[in-house]
Amino acid sequence: MQLHCKVNGEPREADGVWEGESLLYVLRERLGLPGSKNACEQGECGSCSVYLDGTLVCACLVAAGQAEGARIETVEGLADGDILHPVQQAYVAAGAVQCGFCTPGLIMATHDLLRRISAPTDVAIREALAGNLCRCTGYEKILDAVRMAAANARVGE
Amino acid sequence: MDFLRPDSWADALAAKAEHPDGVPIAGGTDVMVELNFDRRRPSSLIDLTRVRDLSEWYEQDGLVRLGAGVTYARLITELGDQLPGLAMASRTVGSPQIRNRGTVGGNLGTASPAGDSHPALLAAGAEVEVESVRGSRRMPVTDFYLGVKRNALQPDELIRAIWIAPATGPQQFSKIGTRNAMVIAVCAFGLALHPGRKAVGTGIGSAAPTPRVAAEAGAFAGSALDEAGLWESRGELPPSLAREFGQRVRAAAAPIDDVRGSAAYRLHSLSVIARRCLVWAWNDYRKAA
Repeated sequence: MQLHCKVNGEPREADGVWEGESLLYVLRERLGLPGSKNACEQGECGSCSVYLDGTLVCACLVAAGQAEGARIETVEGLADGDILHPVQQAYVAAGAVQCGFCTPGLIMATHDLLRRISAPTDVAIREALAGNLCRCTGYEKILDAVRMAAANARVGE
Repeated sequence: MDFLRPDSWADALAAKAEHPDGVPIAGGTDVMVELNFDRRRPSSLIDLTRVRDLSEWYEQDGLVRLGAGVTYARLITELGDQLPGLAMASRTVGSPQIRNRGTVGGNLGTASPAGDSHPALLAAGAEVEVESVRGSRRMPVTDFYLGVKRNALQPDELIRAIWIAPATGPQQFSKIGTRNAMVIAVCAFGLALHPGRKAVGTGIGSAAPTPRVAAEAGAFAGSALDEAGLWESRGELPPSLAREFGQRVRAAAAPIDDVRGSAAYRLHSLSVIARRCLVWAWNDYRKAA
């Protein structure tokens, strides 16, 4: 089947999409957007987190056909050219990236948290990131990065 | 494989009638896992996310009519007052990403004994509205669960809504797992106090082939509280009563050993969380006086 959707602001089209494949497969294998990672394929790890019509979801659990006509934002859409998004900058500055595989999903989950709650408590941060696994177990630095991104955004306001 | 995209309820029923082996998909949090892992190759998928009616809820005849496609995230933010037990259970589902997509209708469709919403639905005495082109029917949720991942749907039927009475007393939910997020319940328990009829609603999750009520335990607690005049006095809950309730809930379970836990651990933890739920709910009832 054919699929039409808007990805990171641009209308995109994919041909020959299998009816049972996931939005994640479409993004990575058909639209050349490998930022969203494919790890667990069962919604456990959060590495494929994207916005679907403004809602944070696991792209591996969205059937491709369900995204017909939808607006999708992936991690590739966050940076402004060569300038990283403040959330991405905070992850780099805090040393919150080890192997980096979980990072795109965590960046998206952090972005989603901070657009809802500008000064999240530690409990709120843990709750918001509960669906994202880091198997390097670098969680302390990740929490630092979220706090830093929140603080920087408040200074910037 | 066909991908069917009905945009009205009538079209969805027609699609299901025409493709009785078609698999309905809403949030995809169960169905897509089976597809991704090659566990299932249905002849067609019927996408229900375009049927707007399914994602609405409203009150009618003194009940909340919860569309089968309302997500857990919306249930938490919009229905915490009317359906506190179900909202508490919803908060324990997966992660933010999962709660943004998963639905109570999907939980019923999958009919896993470990589904998080079931104990709350049972404790509240919910009813399930299902429909096909042949007509509509409503059944108590207790009649909906038939076996492990088996429900009462006919091949041409879809789940349309869940009818639940707004809470008339405190409700509680407790779930045992290895962490607070992303956990399939080792066991779970839902409890609803119904002070108007001096009754205690119960729901056991993940400790029997289907979710089930602990009817005898609930009846015991309701009448023991009544005999002691506690529904009126709102006096302290006797610890022996709470313990006995936990034991009777345990007696209503029939768990198995599996990767998530042993039957013995499930029975023990179930008796503990049932007792705690009764204590928490009763303390809320006393405070509400």
